[in-house]
Amino acid sequence: MLVRVVQRAPAFSNVCRRRLISTSGPAKSFPKEHGLLPSTQSPIVSSLKFFNSVTVDGGQIPTYRVLDGTGQPIEGASLPEEIDRGTARRMYEHMVQLPIIDNLMYNVQRQGKLAFYVRGPYGEEATLIGSAAAIANDDEVLGQYRELGVLMWRGFTLADMMNSCFGNCEDPCSRGKQMPMHFGSRKYHFHQISSPLATQIPQAAGVAFALKRDPERRGKNCAVVYFGEGAASEGDFHAGMLFASTIPSPALFIARNNGFAISTPANEQYYGDGIAARGPGYGIHTVRVDGNDILAVYSAVKEARRLCTQEGRAVLVEAMTYRVGHHSTSDDSFAYRPRQEVEDRKRLDNPLARFRRFLEARSWWSAEEDDALKARLKDEVMKAFRKAEVLPKPELREMFDHVYEGEEPWILKEQREELGRLLKKYGDVWGPWKAELQKHKGAGRELMEPKA
Amino acid sequence: MISLRLSGRWRAKSFVLLQRRPCRWNSTTAEAHPAGGHLPSVATSSFLRTTRDSALRTPSMHWTDEQETGSHDTLIAGRETRKMNMYQAVRDALSNALMRDDTAVVFGEDVAFGGVFRCTMGLAEEFGRERVFNTPLSEQGIAGFGIGIAAMGHTAIAEIQFADYIFPAFDQIVNEAAKYSYRSNGQFQAGSLTIRCPSMAVGHGAHYHSQSPEGFFMGAAGLKIVVPRSPAQAKGLLLASIRDPNPVIFLEPKILYRSAVEQVPVDDYQLPLSRAETLIRGSDMTLLTWGTPIYHCETAMHMLSNPPEALAPHVPSSLRGAKVELIDLRTILPWDVETIVESVNRTGRLVVVHEAGRVGGVGAEIGAEVQKRCFLKLYAPVKLITGWDMPVPMQFERFYMPDSIRILDGIIETLTY
Repeated sequence: MLVRVVQRAPAFSNVCRRRLISTSGPAKSFPKEHGLLPSTQSPIVSSLKFFNSVTVDGGQIPTYRVLDGTGQPIEGASLPEEIDRGTARRMYEHMVQLPIIDNLMYNVQRQGKLAFYVRGPYGEEATLIGSAAAIANDDEVLGQYRELGVLMWRGFTLADMMNSCFGNCEDPCSRGKQMPMHFGSRKYHFHQISSPLATQIPQAAGVAFALKRDPERRGKNCAVVYFGEGAASEGDFHAGMLFASTIPSPALFIARNNGFAISTPANEQYYGDGIAARGPGYGIHTVRVDGNDILAVYSAVKEARRLCTQEGRAVLVEAMTYRVGHHSTSDDSFAYRPRQEVEDRKRLDNPLARFRRFLEARSWWSAEEDDALKARLKDEVMKAFRKAEVLPKPELREMFDHVYEGEEPWILKEQREELGRLLKKYGDVWGPWKAELQKHKGAGRELMEPKA
Repeated sequence: MISLRLSGRWRAKSFVLLQRRPCRWNSTTAEAHPAGGHLPSVATSSFLRTTRDSALRTPSMHWTDEQETGSHDTLIAGRETRKMNMYQAVRDALSNALMRDDTAVVFGEDVAFGGVFRCTMGLAEEFGRERVFNTPLSEQGIAGFGIGIAAMGHTAIAEIQFADYIFPAFDQIVNEAAKYSYRSNGQFQAGSLTIRCPSMAVGHGAHYHSQSPEGFFMGAAGLKIVVPRSPAQAKGLLLASIRDPNPVIFLEPKILYRSAVEQVPVDDYQLPLSRAETLIRGSDMTLLTWGTPIYHCETAMHMLSNPPEALAPHVPSSLRGAKVELIDLRTILPWDVETIVESVNRTGRLVVVHEAGRVGGVGAEIGAEVQKRCFLKLYAPVKLITGWDMPVPMQFERFYMPDSIRILDGIIETLTY
């Protein structure tokens, strides 16, 4: 980074720049007592006092909740009016679908039918579906890798999901290039997932900035970025918050604080008051919400989105949840947390059960319907799985696609020809290739005998 | 809870290698090659030292206690070895380092419970959470924190969970660690920093669990890069890296964590950095590589001299007696130009194999130097057998990797040039 040795004229002090951006009115003159503090309007005091909290009373940031554990509204809470019977049932069905998919995928991965599976949002269903329902379907989503529920809420089908996990010739996301669960869909405004953590966060600030510059979408759409509390430790998180705030951009940050980054508990991830405490540090509107309460998530995200799009500024929502599942199929989380703790969580504070009780109390749902739904979803998931499982992998030539757009560099052209030559020579006699070629659509023939 | 983890039940489960980012490493054993029948693989490699005696006679091994007492007693009578896989050997080296040096600390994401690849298993219990600890999830934080510890003269042994995730730390490593001594004319040094990272491909890791990033660090003068091929090598090279007066990036081929098993000396020992090791002597061609492809090269050499029936038509009988010299580079930066040039001057041919793409790769650097120094002795152009120049593609990985068949083809092409 260049060392800046620019002498600033007083008129360009930070405070002025800030005012020019944050208010539409004329810049006010400095009160006299601030003459010696040109970069702040902080009040002057004579008593020495340190502080370590963002709340007025110095306590912890509160958590917004609507429903208690039995699905009843807590005292003083108001229910979101637009959640009618139909919407509520649809939200519940999407919630129920997630663990059903998750369990099936987990088991088939265990049987070796799938290379890898990162556990779905087991325990985070309310956060995902509540937020998905609260944002517009054409808001730009940048996810981490547990946001399948948001994508499916928008219409991404079970078939899409399964084809992507198998990376087969119908994979609508990366055409077999990426690992399972790394979804992405231009059609559904869901940016492609990548494995490096937190990289999507500053990108979301850029996406939001572009939305604000687009006359068609300005004031209508925002960028919604999901990440875990672990990812919030990366420098990219801080850069993303800082950019969205300083270069005002309608980015909605949704931190899924599920208590664990693989084995590392949140108390070894940060010492401060969660992720929410960082929002005001960047001048960002912030709220903490009970992530197991779908109506609280819905209301909070709905209002956050309104602030975000109307003011064109960033908003941070920290949803407190618990990762009931293991991190991934390579993880056994009972190695670092007691099984009982997980069981207690599942039993005492299950986001699905809480919402179901709410629905049942309104006679919007019944036990019979629940059984029927689960049976139907299991059947649909299994059918989609079986269909995707037998489809071949994409044509081999596709591995060379989209490294570069436009003109293909000579090196890739030569490497594709080299692979074609090698396959022609050894494809039939080298066992590991012979077997693998059969799994691909076209069995590599398009590389071995390229059309002139 | 912690003692449970170390129980037999725990180890017996084929638990492996969970990681925060997607991938499954359950099948780390190198695949048998059905076409070849009895081709060597990692499990049967002749390079793995399976007896106590051969392990204790590892070339250029320096026993740390001998260095300390000044005695050069080469007797190995009192030395013990234990059968270890590579993650156990890494753990053993870390334990030796922590034992011998009170300033040494081991840290990184998830290391307190043993690390996603088990390399730090039990160390927190043995040495305390003050010396073996989890960090927040931030690679730039890990690297910068490590530099600070090293700048105070303490020993920092950091883990980046996957080499693919080292890039947020690139600034700290390239602009800070590598230049720390130079920019202060030696007043401040970050030499006691070692950064370990699991690297290279496993067959289903795709873009972000497969990379070999050594090429990106080649231009970072002041830095060393080391890649071990086996458990005993990992232990000796890691201890040498930790004690080397320069910052070292230590890239551990993750597929070998469980699949490579050999007898490893229990005592503290070091293997020299910047010294390649000739594994098989030959006179007709030099085959140079490091890490996982060592074993693919071994298979390819076996197929050259004794091709399976199906491949026989492609291997001219005149080449079957060719003597290929196989060299493990071990230290990638600064690399052992002397050993390589001496070899190529004898053989007249060089093939370099690495998993990373060809453009800007380590092979290109070595090739340029060798062609300069051995120009009049070369019978064939230096050949690079590498991954293709693209992100590692999940469903196509078998056709991306420079595996034994591609190496065999390259050997034949170079021998018949």
